[in-house]
Amino acid sequence: MATPNTPLWEVFIRSRNGLAHKHCGSLHAADATMALQAARDIYTRRGEGLSIWVVPSNAITASDPSEKGMMFEPAESKIYRHPTFYDVPDEVGHM
Amino acid sequence: MATPSIKVSETPLVLYVLRRADDALILGHRLSEWCGHAPALEEDMALANMGLDLLGQARELYTYAAKAEGKGNDEDKFAYLRDVRQYRNLLLMEQPNGDFARTMVRQFFYSAFADRYWRAMMTSSDSTLAAIAAKSEKESAYHLRHSSEWIVRLGDGTEESHRRAQAAIDDLWAFTGEMFAVDDAERDLIDTGVAIDPASLKAQWLKTVAGVVAEATLALPKNDWMQQGGRVGRHSEHLGHLLSELQSLQRTFPGAIW
Repeated sequence: MATPNTPLWEVFIRSRNGLAHKHCGSLHAADATMALQAARDIYTRRGEGLSIWVVPSNAITASDPSEKGMMFEPAESKIYRHPTFYDVPDEVGHM
Repeated sequence: MATPSIKVSETPLVLYVLRRADDALILGHRLSEWCGHAPALEEDMALANMGLDLLGQARELYTYAAKAEGKGNDEDKFAYLRDVRQYRNLLLMEQPNGDFARTMVRQFFYSAFADRYWRAMMTSSDSTLAAIAAKSEKESAYHLRHSSEWIVRLGDGTEESHRRAQAAIDDLWAFTGEMFAVDDAERDLIDTGVAIDPASLKAQWLKTVAGVVAEATLALPKNDWMQQGGRVGRHSEHLGHLLSELQSLQRTFPGAIW
């Protein structure tokens, strides 16, 4: 159903207060209002959400999969960026 | 059919509740007929969701009607074991789905009424009806929003969608008057505060409907002749076909469960 009249939208749902909106899928709709209603009908039928964002898919700038070496591999060797080299006192609790 | 219909003792309260339950069941069933056939997956889900809202309302209302009647009937018997002439829904509800525009216009006409009706019924002196109203009002408000948005897009869309939406309005308009009618059986319930007078909602309903229709570049018919009969069991030919499908399993295999 990818037609010029019903472009693609990305749907983000926030499940609880204090949490971030998370991407949960996409849908086709004529405009933002209808996209929001479709998102409600498709993605919150089981009480999943308190808030919905819809974003035109073509408004998202994505990284190029063919550049993933350049983009992401340099981080793989920097294990010291994970905070696993510190002794955390018990009193601190969860960090 | 294999299984005989039940008898119903239609006291004013039982009749009143059954009428609203039948409205919800029949319109909900009509919407369920779209399942797997809607113009797009998104709308397939939306129509089914609205149908399930209405089915939920029907179940609560039937259960209450059974309690008010106190004759051993229940929600299933009311739904599956009454014949056409025992059904009390508005004629608007049983009108065939037709095309998508027709389904949406039917939904829009009813939801614009139901939204206000249930909101008003939240003040019913009958606590069960007031509780059902509080739940139904939120559902109806969304149905109104969804159908209104579609009316605007169909009317102000393409030449074809405009033509189809206008044809649906012209065809279904005569079934809207029944929503506001009151008979003697309901008058006492209105006087005692159990029910609200639907006539009091008509001006607001018309304002809502006229506003959306104007935004959609559509027009309401000038003709104000209204068809009635559903509330006393005089139905169009369509309801019999609908019930034969809805009831076929229980009529053939009484009490079947899974």
